[in-house]
Amino acid sequence: MTDQPENPLRESLAEAISSNEVILFMKGTPEQPMCGFSARTCAALAATETEFAAVDVLADPRIRQELSSLSNWPTIPQLFVKGELVGGADIVGQMYESGELAAVLGAPAPDGIDPLPETAEPSSAPPLQIENRLS
Amino acid sequence: MPTAAEVKKRIETAIPGSEADVTSDDNVHFSACVAAAEFAGLSLVEQHRLVYAIFEEGELGGSIHALALTTEPR
Repeated sequence: MTDQPENPLRESLAEAISSNEVILFMKGTPEQPMCGFSARTCAALAATETEFAAVDVLADPRIRQELSSLSNWPTIPQLFVKGELVGGADIVGQMYESGELAAVLGAPAPDGIDPLPETAEPSSAPPLQIENRLS
Repeated sequence: MPTAAEVKKRIETAIPGSEADVTSDDNVHFSACVAAAEFAGLSLVEQHRLVYAIFEEGELGGSIHALALTTEPR
């Protein structure tokens, strides 16, 4: 036995999830999402005016692998609130439209709900998407 | 590459009594709406997990590049 954690990446992911009230694991960054699903999830969070921490899983392929095994959720993005997995892009979008997202986030109830853009493509010129070449 | 019909069949086989509407324009990006009695009483996360579990590790994000999913109890 040593003092070193057996899986430091997994522990730092768990730590990030527990120490940030709202944290989104995504492809790219909120400023430059690299995938439509991540862009759409950011748009929903932005519409509720909630501050959130974001982790770019593309920074290192091991992040995605460890995160999915930790959360038992295969896809990206993944939104956690108060340490709990809220869901991926579909669930977050659905909860945004029902007003539930604001409730979960503790944000003020919206006066009205603007529809999210149908195609949430990255706003700037898309950088090379390596994952697309793998499929 | 799987077709929408194949993905539909896999979901309906794996979740008995379920009904899946699956569409795809390119056999890489899929959109599925799944209704199943099994979803009753489960959270959305749990409902989606049941569907995701049908696919092999690496398949979602791999040969099935994206699966937009809506689930509803029936």
